[in-house]
Amino acid sequence: MSTPAKPVPYPDELSDAWYEATAAGRLLIQRCGACERRQFYPRARCVHCHADALEWIEASGRGRLHSFSTVHYTPNAEFSDDVPYVFALVDLDEGVRVSTRIAGATEEELACDMPVRVVFEAQGELTLPLFEPEDR
Amino acid sequence: MSEIRFPSGEVAIVGAYESPLRKAPGVHPYAIQADCVAGALADAGLEHGDVEGFATAVAFPPEGGDPMEIGEVVEYLGIEPRWLDSTDTGGAAFVSHAGHAALAIAAGFIDVAVVSYGASGRSSPVPAGDYNTGSWGPGAYEIPFGPSTVSSYALAARRHMHEYGTTSEQLAEIAVQCRANAALNPDARYRDPITVADVVESAAIATPLHLYDCCVVTDSGGAFVLASRERAERLSRKPVWMLGFGEAVGQMQMNQMADLTATAAVRSGRDAFATAGMKPDEIDCAQLYDSFTITVALTLESLGFCPRGEFGAFVADGNIAPGGALPINTDGGGLSSNHPGRRGVFAMVEAVRQLRGESPGATVEGARTCLVNGTGGSLSATATTILGV
Repeated sequence: MSTPAKPVPYPDELSDAWYEATAAGRLLIQRCGACERRQFYPRARCVHCHADALEWIEASGRGRLHSFSTVHYTPNAEFSDDVPYVFALVDLDEGVRVSTRIAGATEEELACDMPVRVVFEAQGELTLPLFEPEDR
Repeated sequence: MSEIRFPSGEVAIVGAYESPLRKAPGVHPYAIQADCVAGALADAGLEHGDVEGFATAVAFPPEGGDPMEIGEVVEYLGIEPRWLDSTDTGGAAFVSHAGHAALAIAAGFIDVAVVSYGASGRSSPVPAGDYNTGSWGPGAYEIPFGPSTVSSYALAARRHMHEYGTTSEQLAEIAVQCRANAALNPDARYRDPITVADVVESAAIATPLHLYDCCVVTDSGGAFVLASRERAERLSRKPVWMLGFGEAVGQMQMNQMADLTATAAVRSGRDAFATAGMKPDEIDCAQLYDSFTITVALTLESLGFCPRGEFGAFVADGNIAPGGALPINTDGGGLSSNHPGRRGVFAMVEAVRQLRGESPGATVEGARTCLVNGTGGSLSATATTILGV
């Protein structure tokens, strides 16, 4: 049985804009024009003050590894040929947390709160913002 | 709102039933539910015609359901409830259903409600992944990266280790205790005792969680019956009273979990203790949703049974064992007895059995109060109730 294709989100105007940016090597988050706080994932309104005044800003792509897990078994068949891989959460310097994978490093080289930076990688028709240790 | 009100002591659980099945290929999950509803009603001394309210949540493929699953289940069962609840907060749902039913009963809208669940998590012929969200909208920024349910809980375990120095061996102690309880339960999926070494040397699933840090996968179901005080006092079984209740949603996407080492049980537990007018040290035993060892660890801390970061010492001191300050998961829990997809209904059933002195696993002598905490999704939603006799 062949491995099913990786999941591709059904589009909406926000995810379209976000993935168009990743394809161009830019990692976008939202900034609220009313309360000036940042948020991720993209939404129609500010999750902090609920204002309808969001704008895109480009993140620096630098942050810290908040937590990580090496996946050795997954029931999600699209990823079963990829194990082991490292799923992770990264806190961007801009103050938001993103879901990601770690590129080109094994668990032994990783530690919570270590500095990481974004690296863009194609996955099917998507470009994903993955992260690698900053000292690479 | 200054004070939340709950009909403490006005609604009882009057019937409970857990399917003895653990492996049932070829059996549709609605067939399992039908046996569980009949079993719980028989335990209560009630009939299908008495069922005025009905709650279930079985929308995942191995549960047989679709978006309007409660309609299908009601149709399958051949009942005519006037009150329905299919609130879906994953494995926490059935604890939420109990709280919602208690409010409906106390308001006088219904007198008797059944909460039920069944799934063929082990043998379902329908293929299913384990995503808790779709990839249209919020999941668009997480699912393409390849999370699994285990890896989500593993992120919390890793962070707890980083912040508090927690070890895999401390988490393993929870699995060892659940297996010891399961050894006494003839229906438990696994009954042979295990050691801490067995757990930490079992296969890595999503680091730092191992195979034995994860719940079993079964085909099974369960149900329980709630009734008003007036009705309960006319029935033969000893009523188990609903004393307090709370529910809360934390997050669905892991990138939205601000604090990976505390769950929504901080809020659902606060409300459950407040409505019951009780404190953690007044709880005699607990059924804490154990999808994974880390789920129990975070729940003990989030509910205030021990300080943040200190579950390891709390467990090492024997507190969660029979005879300890807070025996938990006395039937063996999801880690060793039964977990066909969602655990909440079994945690409720075991709480009722324990307070009647009828646990099939470890007996807590003289137990008068039992707390149940459900955790659903990816550490997403919780529901907490306090039961008493």
